[in-house]
Amino acid sequence: MSEYVVEMIDIVKEFPGVRALKGVQLKLRPGKVHTLMGENGAGKSTLMKCLIGIHPATSGRIIVDGKEVHYKNVIEAMADGISMIHQELSPVPERSVAENLWLGREPKRGFLVDHKKMIAESKKLFEKLGLELDPTEKMGNLTVAQMQMVEIAKAVSYDSKVVIMDEPTSSLTEGEVAHLFKIIAELKAKNVAIVYISHKMDEIFQISDDITVFRDGEYVGTDLAENLTVDKLIQMMVGRSVEAMFPKVDCPIGEVIMKVEGLCSGRQVKNVSFELRKGEILGFAGLVGAGRTETFETIFGMRPKTGGHVYMNGKELSCKSPEDAIKNKIGMLTEDRRGNGIIGLLSIKDNTCIASLPEYGFPLNHKKMEEDTRFYIDMMRTKTPSTNTPIKNLSGGNQQKVLVGRWLKTNPDVLIVDEPTRGIDVGAKSEIHAILTKLAGEGKAIVMISSELPEVMGMSDRIVCMYEGEVTGIVDRADFNSERIMALAHGEK
Amino acid sequence: MSAKQKQFISQNGIWGVLIVLVVLVTILTGGKFIKIANIETLFTNESIKGIMAFGVMFAILSKGIDLNPGSMAALVAVIGASMCTMNETTASIIKNGGKPMPAIVAIVICLAIGCISGGIFGSIIAYTKMPAFIATLGAQLMCRAASKIITTAPVSNLSDGFRFLGKAKLGPIPMIVVVFIIMYIVSAILLTQTRWGKAVFAVGGNDQAARVAGINVEKTLILVYVWCSFCAALGGVLLAGRTGSADPSTYGLNYELDAIAAATVGGTSHTGGVCRITGVLAGILILGVVNNGLVMLGVNDNYTNIIKGLIIIVSVALDMRKNTKKV
Repeated sequence: MSEYVVEMIDIVKEFPGVRALKGVQLKLRPGKVHTLMGENGAGKSTLMKCLIGIHPATSGRIIVDGKEVHYKNVIEAMADGISMIHQELSPVPERSVAENLWLGREPKRGFLVDHKKMIAESKKLFEKLGLELDPTEKMGNLTVAQMQMVEIAKAVSYDSKVVIMDEPTSSLTEGEVAHLFKIIAELKAKNVAIVYISHKMDEIFQISDDITVFRDGEYVGTDLAENLTVDKLIQMMVGRSVEAMFPKVDCPIGEVIMKVEGLCSGRQVKNVSFELRKGEILGFAGLVGAGRTETFETIFGMRPKTGGHVYMNGKELSCKSPEDAIKNKIGMLTEDRRGNGIIGLLSIKDNTCIASLPEYGFPLNHKKMEEDTRFYIDMMRTKTPSTNTPIKNLSGGNQQKVLVGRWLKTNPDVLIVDEPTRGIDVGAKSEIHAILTKLAGEGKAIVMISSELPEVMGMSDRIVCMYEGEVTGIVDRADFNSERIMALAHGEK
Repeated sequence: MSAKQKQFISQNGIWGVLIVLVVLVTILTGGKFIKIANIETLFTNESIKGIMAFGVMFAILSKGIDLNPGSMAALVAVIGASMCTMNETTASIIKNGGKPMPAIVAIVICLAIGCISGGIFGSIIAYTKMPAFIATLGAQLMCRAASKIITTAPVSNLSDGFRFLGKAKLGPIPMIVVVFIIMYIVSAILLTQTRWGKAVFAVGGNDQAARVAGINVEKTLILVYVWCSFCAALGGVLLAGRTGSADPSTYGLNYELDAIAAATVGGTSHTGGVCRITGVLAGILILGVVNNGLVMLGVNDNYTNIIKGLIIIVSVALDMRKNTKKV
């Protein structure tokens, strides 16, 4: 018997026109957390999809428990005890938790589904994992974290010996992450091998036993986590050392450009006031649901204002729609890249120019659109085959760069960026940071909402902390201190 | 095969299908199909549905649909015919002193009716977020009923002025085909050269993202249905002009289905955001060749519809495969 539960050897995966994996390997030990790292598009998710049969590998060998396997679909992989918790969860929101959990294999009595047994089994399962969930609750009413827990419970219910987690923490709060880690520890104790895909360094070092790094579809190396450091990992991932993750340059801070007084929007935003100056990067820290996004959605005209005033250059502003906001030279890179950022089927060119259409007149100046798109592709170092490629074909980091280009094209005086680097790789991250710094240097005012403390502390001139819709404190750069900011973000004034 | 060649084939393969069909039908009819007179008939027959397809195409692109064009055409045909009939008894339906109205005035009124009703149900779709299927299904029932209320009997004997667009010829080319070609060019310009065209792509692709990017989603959608109904109304004017009469119960019946089919076969995606006007033109011609060729071969109407149904299903199945494979 091999010491590995899964061995993947010389895996090659070709998509039409792209060689996504160029002969990579991965070996999983039972009862250990094996982290996969690499920039977006490095091939981590693709390799996992090869393993569970979503995209069968073009060539190479996969050995599970000493036997060579060729899964053609997820069902075969699950039958062998391999489950994957995807980055984008796909529950049936209108049905109950239990129904989602047992979807397609409901316990039956004769021809009919045995609901009682289904609920009892769910309860047993949740108890085993220490989850406080009601199996009869509608799936759509759960938080993202709770949905993830249900997915994990599902994997456990299949008696999985390998559980793959693709960026499980990207939308979890700190408390939820801690809970997830507890469950991971329990799975480890049951000798389950866990594949963990993440970009968050602190987490990775907290839970990993082994780390494998990929770059551009190639295998870079595997090592025990204790032998590695952050710097070493970054170097392995990008093939060069990233000089500085947060290239913050102090630039002269000018006059107040935007002033917000007592802003309210329903129950999400309560009496928020702050000032924003030219050349400043104003950070917004807080927990998920603290009302940061909602505050700026209100300013940007995406949700109704129920009270308060917004002044820009001394004049009162009332944006009823993003259209108004853009006319008033405000831009907003939203948090939900797939939901309200990219227009997947449209080209890079259309996605770049869509917010600045009036500039191109009638008939649309396609030549200028092409030139402008090229300009931003070069500036952001976006990796794309052409300007006519549909944006959905790019990796997350490159999609984000196109969206940053879209907002730069509108030439805003105030640019709001909401979780600008969530789920994107280290290289793209530092490039986006560099662009933001450069913009501030040009006298633009930037608002940066981020749940990553190192990022918001590394980039901001001041940090506004929010908790449950209210501002709990504003901290100057000189007084930055992670304990203090975390305390404010948790509502302790 | 390079990615570029593959893309070229996937985008223009439909023209290959058209050519194969034309060759096939020509051989089967012993060359009769390709005669000038028959080609003229084919284009004349398909022009009205084709113009409707240029409208419906925008609705589908915006992730909606328009089921109303056929009934809208009937309504407009009846109103236009009533205003321009030389027959005094029917002229009294719309009171203009028993005399036919000047054709140009009548046509403008007809097109305005199209735009206004498009604006009304476009607003309903945009502001209530009601599925376009439901809103335009309601509109279809109402327009058909309204045309039957205006006149129960067919209106005939229309003035030559009103029949100009539908019946006259520009040199050797029927005026109706000229109108079709002009509408093709106008649609192509609207689709690719205007801000509104880009906005329709964006709204169909991801309406939330379009809104954040500063597009007025409601205005864009209303204009989609205004354009759609304008095309349908123009179809109605041509229909009445071509036949010299207007029958409220049969005119334009099921035309919307052929228009939707043509746009769909032409690669307009019902999940929104994908449309090429050359594809839609090919779709119109493919269905035209099938209609015309099978009639020439003496195939029963029911079999023709079975073949059309198959073409729609197969083309969409291929399209779905193309669009999902890229993920």
